[in-house]
Amino acid sequence: MSVLPTFVAHATLEPTADSASVFADTLRVGAEQGVAHPGTDTFGELLHHVQDAHELETPFGILELPHFAPIRLAGLTLDMSVTKHVVFVWLAAVILCLVAAIVARRNARTLVPKGFGNLFELFVVFMRDDVVLPNMGPAGLRYFPYILTTFFFILVMNLLGILPWGASATGNVSVTAGLAIIAFVMIQTSAIRAQGLGHYLAHLTGGAPVWLWPIMVPIEILGLFTKPFALCMRLFANMLGGHIVLVSLIGLIFLFKSYIIAIAPALMVIGINFLELFVAFLQAYIFVVLTSLFMGIGIQAGDSSHGHAQTNGETNHA
Amino acid sequence: MDPKALGYLAAGIGAGLTVIGAGVGIGRLAAAAMEASGRQPEVAGQVRTSMIIAAALIEGATFFALAICIVLATK
Repeated sequence: MSVLPTFVAHATLEPTADSASVFADTLRVGAEQGVAHPGTDTFGELLHHVQDAHELETPFGILELPHFAPIRLAGLTLDMSVTKHVVFVWLAAVILCLVAAIVARRNARTLVPKGFGNLFELFVVFMRDDVVLPNMGPAGLRYFPYILTTFFFILVMNLLGILPWGASATGNVSVTAGLAIIAFVMIQTSAIRAQGLGHYLAHLTGGAPVWLWPIMVPIEILGLFTKPFALCMRLFANMLGGHIVLVSLIGLIFLFKSYIIAIAPALMVIGINFLELFVAFLQAYIFVVLTSLFMGIGIQAGDSSHGHAQTNGETNHA
Repeated sequence: MDPKALGYLAAGIGAGLTVIGAGVGIGRLAAAAMEASGRQPEVAGQVRTSMIIAAALIEGATFFALAICIVLATK
């Protein structure tokens, strides 16, 4: 994970004044006294290495990223500076565009793709046959490009976090919130398109009698927002959680200050890294499966007049 | 007791309770899914998919609670 090279670079196992050993000292002080040291924030120090930063860790040293003056817009202060996670979002987009373009060109030439092209086709066919078609039906194929793009984008961002010097942008709540807002727009527009605006609004009453509307309508509207909010929090917390586990395990080395003890956390970190590899795929899959499930509820409610029973269960999906 | 210490205590207890709940929930879910695919191995694929979806929903609720614990521990 991204924290590993930094710690290896500073792994003198002796107290020095740099940031890595400040972190180690904070942990040790916390462990010795049984409480957090007054004036230092143990958990905040621990989080520092997985948080967004204004600098980029590269094999050739630390690269400062440009700062821009904050823009003031209608009472909001927007800091549009390029940060570490922004760089990795862009990097993921560039990698995805290049790989997809190359693979598409190569696969177009042959009927049966080989090697990496075959792997890519496996993912695409899996997404179509096991995610889009069962959840959204044939009408959902219109939204297949969105589902596929989201899947590969999240996957590449997650995987970048496992590389040395890398950072997973999905471990930042702003990135996942952006993805969730896109998902929210897609869920609502696909539902309105399939059902028509009138039918869509009628669904917000949950099919309840008029005197229940003051209760039902707010609950249904809340249900519209909890689904993308859960998507956002799930992806963010999963990716951040993995990073924190890795930092804590590596922190054990600095806690004990012993080469012998260091073997055990190193082995544990290798194990957790494999788990993270699995989680990177799983969370990308979960995000698109749930998005297509929520979109499918709206699309299929438009297909038949018996869709009301399905939408009543909608609020439970948070 | 120091309010900050109480905050850390609450965060720790909260995180523990959250994980107990999630563990029991996902454990029961997995047990039911195993039983279902044992009874009907031909639908094992569908059972696995819906198990993962349900596990993700449980996990989502868990993370809401854990986020509150993190806020308590960092405030």
